[in-house]
Amino acid sequence: MKPRSIVSILDLSTEEINNLMDVADDIEKNPEKYQEKCRHKILSTIFFEPSTRTRLSFESAMLSLGGSVISTADSKSSSAAKGESVADTVKVISNYADIIAMRHPKEGAPVVAAMKATVPVINAGDGGHFHPTQTLADLLTIRRTKGTLSGLTIGLCGDLMFGRTVHSLIEAMLRYPGNNYILISPNELRLPEYMREELAKSGAVWEETTSLEYAIPKLDILYMTRVQKERFFNEEDYVRLKDTYILDEEKLRSAKTDLAILHPLPRVNEISVSVDEDPRAKYFYQTLCGKQMRMALIMMLLGIQ
Amino acid sequence: MNIDGVSNGIVLDHIKAGKSMIVYDYLKLWKLDCCVALIQNCQSPKMGRKDIVKIDELIDIDLDVLGYIDPDITVNYVKDGKLLKKKHLTLPETLTNVIKCKNPRCITSTEQELPHIFKLVDSEKRTYRCVYCDVVSDTTN
Repeated sequence: MKPRSIVSILDLSTEEINNLMDVADDIEKNPEKYQEKCRHKILSTIFFEPSTRTRLSFESAMLSLGGSVISTADSKSSSAAKGESVADTVKVISNYADIIAMRHPKEGAPVVAAMKATVPVINAGDGGHFHPTQTLADLLTIRRTKGTLSGLTIGLCGDLMFGRTVHSLIEAMLRYPGNNYILISPNELRLPEYMREELAKSGAVWEETTSLEYAIPKLDILYMTRVQKERFFNEEDYVRLKDTYILDEEKLRSAKTDLAILHPLPRVNEISVSVDEDPRAKYFYQTLCGKQMRMALIMMLLGIQ
Repeated sequence: MNIDGVSNGIVLDHIKAGKSMIVYDYLKLWKLDCCVALIQNCQSPKMGRKDIVKIDELIDIDLDVLGYIDPDITVNYVKDGKLLKKKHLTLPETLTNVIKCKNPRCITSTEQELPHIFKLVDSEKRTYRCVYCDVVSDTTN
């Protein structure tokens, strides 16, 4: 039987996501209960694209579960640099590891990996497409800070076109009722049509704006994103758009006192460092939530209770 | 203008006017040794104008490809000068190696051996989406 893989957040049911969050909450309270859960299990992190935090988060998650990690040093020295296909790579690694976390610059590469691997594959980001474990981190951060995943007004700001975390977060939040969405982006980086169709089909209330100042007083959640240089074919476009939105204390003056500011990180300059001390800044806490959700997901895919 | 009927073969009828060359290309009818007739712009009481393709041999036809080009096409199988069966088409749920993903960021753009697979997501709008990158296909017809 084909092992279960997670390519998109849609591969998880709402009930499973809620269970993962419950496990993550238990990990937070009783970490010692989990420190031997994945003993003798091996996670392989194969990253065809540079990443620091996601790879380290997966590795830290597996080590905290008592498992081991094998990893490629960097994408330039990997087999892909020699022209090996994704299918061949994962067939080989399936013989070395019990579970794979993969990042690839090409969209859909984890779909190929999941088809060909004989162990579970977790998509750790594929180009501008999906990044389901970041979404799990986002959901847990929202649930822990707001106490709910329903009835919220969520502002998504920055690069909504190539920002894979934005797409996955919308897909996930659409399952919870009563959420409103405000899409804040320059015209060139609007949410792709297929995602706008999803929003329209869902019946959710949503609007688009280019103004962060207009949106900010209405928001319960502000999800900031970086304009990613690596997604542009043209340097000029990147330079023109990269500083469109910069969140600072001045802009936050009109925000709600219980706003939660999230960011998938790394940040460049879209959130001023002065905001870090604001109690509404949750983006560093979000990385802890991410690690705990990855722990819960690894356990689920390995069939460990 | 008269073109002989087919005695053993296939008649693709009710092709939208102007689309018979697309059918010819997609079905790779140029590979056949038998006679193939493309009749364009003939009068149809139902459609006004239509195209017809006659193939003088009972070959295997990829009905998924044909359904993708135009699900209103009817396929008539003829044997010994008589209609053997008439088939109405539907939009196929999956297309494999019929259309190519044009997203330069899709994994299929670098891994040439991968099959190009598309799934039907909206039959009303005839929308297909790449199973790898989710990008919607260009409509060729």
